[in-house]
Amino acid sequence: MSNTKLVLVYHGFERFWHWTQSFLIIFLAITGFEIHSSYSIFGFEAAVNLHNKAAWGLIILVIFAIFWHITTGEWKQYLPTTKNLKAQVEFYLTGIFRNAPHPTKKTVISKLNPLQRLVYLGLKILVIPVMVLSGLAYMFYRYPQAGAIKSANMQDLEVIALLHTFGAFVLVAFVIVHLYLITTGHTITSNLNAMVTGWEELESDENEPKIDHEPKN
Amino acid sequence: MQNFKPILTFLFAVIAPLLIITLALRETITEHELLNQLREEYSREHKLGVDHSKHAILQQDFTNPHEITAACLSCHTERGQEVLGNAHWNWEREAYIPGRGVTYLGKKNLINNFCTGIASNEGTCNRCHTGYGWQDETFDFTNEFNIDCLICHDNTNTYEKEKGAAGYPVMGPDGPDFRKIVGNVGRPSRYNCGYCHFHSAGGNNVKHGDLEMALLTADRNVDVHMGVDGFDMSCVECHPAENHQMLGRYYGVSSSNTQRATCEQCHTAVPHTNSKLNEHTVKVDCRTCHIPTYAKVNPTKTYWDWSTATKRKDGKPYEVLDSTGNVMYASIKGDFHWEKNAVPEYYWFNGTADHHLISDKIDMNKLPLKINTLFGEYHDKDSKIVPMKVHRGKQPYDTENLTIIQPKLWDKEENKGALWIDLDWERALEEGMEYVGMPYSGKHGFVETEMYLPVSHMVSTSDMALNCKDCHTRNESRLANLTDFYMPGRDQNITLDTIGKWLILLSLLGVLAHGAARTFISRKNKTA
Repeated sequence: MSNTKLVLVYHGFERFWHWTQSFLIIFLAITGFEIHSSYSIFGFEAAVNLHNKAAWGLIILVIFAIFWHITTGEWKQYLPTTKNLKAQVEFYLTGIFRNAPHPTKKTVISKLNPLQRLVYLGLKILVIPVMVLSGLAYMFYRYPQAGAIKSANMQDLEVIALLHTFGAFVLVAFVIVHLYLITTGHTITSNLNAMVTGWEELESDENEPKIDHEPKN
Repeated sequence: MQNFKPILTFLFAVIAPLLIITLALRETITEHELLNQLREEYSREHKLGVDHSKHAILQQDFTNPHEITAACLSCHTERGQEVLGNAHWNWEREAYIPGRGVTYLGKKNLINNFCTGIASNEGTCNRCHTGYGWQDETFDFTNEFNIDCLICHDNTNTYEKEKGAAGYPVMGPDGPDFRKIVGNVGRPSRYNCGYCHFHSAGGNNVKHGDLEMALLTADRNVDVHMGVDGFDMSCVECHPAENHQMLGRYYGVSSSNTQRATCEQCHTAVPHTNSKLNEHTVKVDCRTCHIPTYAKVNPTKTYWDWSTATKRKDGKPYEVLDSTGNVMYASIKGDFHWEKNAVPEYYWFNGTADHHLISDKIDMNKLPLKINTLFGEYHDKDSKIVPMKVHRGKQPYDTENLTIIQPKLWDKEENKGALWIDLDWERALEEGMEYVGMPYSGKHGFVETEMYLPVSHMVSTSDMALNCKDCHTRNESRLANLTDFYMPGRDQNITLDTIGKWLILLSLLGVLAHGAARTFISRKNKTA
């Protein structure tokens, strides 16, 4: 590819966060649907214990990730935009089959295309909070029933459980589509490589501020 | 080496923190201090501080059991008054029942699902009363010399009350050695309590299912507390009787949730080292998981159909036994079902109960008739899931007055209208209702009835307790009938699950179709 250069797109913590989160979410899905009696792998008791431990792991990770996003200003990556949104949809529906160029240029200060911005923002402000909050309620709902915390007295687990289950279905569907979309970069593996090593060949942009993005090796 | 760098980075950056998090959150296994204390406490032997055989007043040949009581009371001066106030003596208790107000209910006046009630049958039923001579309504409940001390305090296991003698023992040359008995009185043993409680409703293990003679000799697989190879605990360890007021009361006759003997009194409300199990104790009674089955040694009666009684063979009453020797049919009692290693049924129970009184009208739209109603539901914070033996059967009722009929079952003589002697329903029903002073229309039928008996004994060793999957499973959950709450692993919303499955399926199909189209087109372009 002409006029490109290797750029550090994903920083160390970002990659650690991304991969840990991906493992945790997949593991939570496997154990979660076992708790839902969809199949039997670990056994109910072990599934519950593993699910709860993984959940705490994810919560700790999410707290660090929020801190990282705020302190680095990376949260701006998820600001939604309508610019190029239609073009991006059209690319996935038709352009990709014609080998048309990506309508959104990937840069370090704008890593996400408008569709990704919308989906990831949705995950961050809707799906993940709903899952974390319903999950915590799921874990602790028995205690208020014992009368200790009156203001948080939940009468029934059903709404919590159904919300949590629905969120799990949405996340599984997201993971499937997300895994497939990895292959839609410049090359089949370029997105995956970038997420593993952090480095990706991007078209050089004259307007982009010159920062230290040269590979060290 | 250079190639391994990303892998090593990945291992240290991703896997290592995960392991640390997992290890840090792992529950620590702590030694159970309390259980060790209990073990120590109950392995100590109880020694009586007195040798009754040395008392001069007990060195006589008693000819009348009241004399024995008088001898006891001459030293234990206040114990008589204590007993006159307790439930073993009065067979009734004061209780407040919503909708009924303050009641005085107990074995004395309640109906049950077995022999219906004691009224008109006192002579035989009261063989288990802690007194002498409760033959009919004229019995003096205020006379402490009517108390039978020996039935609870004989430690020779030879004291016996005579059948059909209203609580009197056999005296004289045919009777037991009373001098030996009074010289060996002491704390009530399992034998003493079991003398009545193992044989209630007319035979070993008939009524309760979790209280029977096998508990005198059984090992800890039958009952972890009473097992002779374990703590070998007696009934009074958990059911102490400070000033003759017993701790623990039977749900079939008690309406208030007070004075219960509970597992928590020794084991606390958070007995497990595993916090997940402790959380369960908010909603699940200890007995639910720790008594997976009852009637472990001998079967218990689960069904009693009175409607088939009075049949004769060759003009005589008869019995039909099953292969293991249990009575399946008896002319005097009707049809029975028995169950061994029975699986309890599970219900919400908050400790309070109502009872169907003999004066209550039967609601024919709400059958089977509940002889006792145990209150409770998921949303009641005092309710827990409790294992029950549900005893079902058919009781005689007045088809005009819509009341349960108390039959006269027993008498010393023929032609006095006792069903068990004369095998005549009409006469037995008339006599019984006349005795209790209730009207009887002369028309009877049989109504289906249920009685709820929480199972509290035959506690299994912890390795035999229920595990998660016994309840948290889609099919054949032990709690399948408790549908007033959502339980993980058992419950699902079919609509939501269908939507979810389609969401996943369509995502898969979508990416597969998209990917296939991309591959197909790029191949075509390459070859073109």
